[in-house]
Amino acid sequence: MIKIAQPAYDSLRLHGEETYPHECCGVLLGRFEDDGSRLVSTAVRCANTHKESPQNRYQIDPHELVKIQREGRQRDEDIIGFYHSHPDHPARWSSTDLAEAHWFGCSYIITGVAKGNAGITNSFLLMGSEDTDKEFSEERIVLLKQGAAQ
Amino acid sequence: MAKVHIPTPLRQYADKQSAVTVAGTTVAEALTSLVSKHPDLKKHLYTDDGKLRAFVNVYVNDEDIRYLQKEGTGLKESDTISIVPSIAGGR
Repeated sequence: MIKIAQPAYDSLRLHGEETYPHECCGVLLGRFEDDGSRLVSTAVRCANTHKESPQNRYQIDPHELVKIQREGRQRDEDIIGFYHSHPDHPARWSSTDLAEAHWFGCSYIITGVAKGNAGITNSFLLMGSEDTDKEFSEERIVLLKQGAAQ
Repeated sequence: MAKVHIPTPLRQYADKQSAVTVAGTTVAEALTSLVSKHPDLKKHLYTDDGKLRAFVNVYVNDEDIRYLQKEGTGLKESDTISIVPSIAGGR
């Protein structure tokens, strides 16, 4: 299960509409809970640095990740997941998403954006420990009202 | 000594620590020290022939070591190393 502060959830969905027809991407900051779930306080927007095919690919500059990790440490938070959009495509993980996923134990949120409008948002937990055994497992999204994730 | 920040997916192989202080005057020495302290990290950082995995980015402070002297990049006492697996994908 992943718990997300409502403003963070709204922000990541809006991001997908704003970058349409290109994929948006960003980082989820928050905490790992004792029960194994993840609690997202903030969705940090990142630039999609995939220049050749941003309409169906995304990548985040690792330097942005370094800076976001630092920002998280200052708030006693960690990178606990990522998000991106699928313009005019379902909110399901693709073979490319799985091949490029390396943050085990973290959540990968995908929003389908049809004709510029955010549709379904799903979250997938990256299971396993290496390329040979990794898989995505769909997880329930629980929205928290403003203030509940602090 | 330098501080190495461990990303969330690799902390399980480093006694759940978010940062580890290691000895070394270069990135190569620091990472060798890191995997000697936490051997389970090795296969997640290096290929079987001892090269850093392609999806593992290593930064010294705010600089990608690929644009410095790679693993030969020198370290000062106050430097911090960040290990950052890449993020990419798409439909």
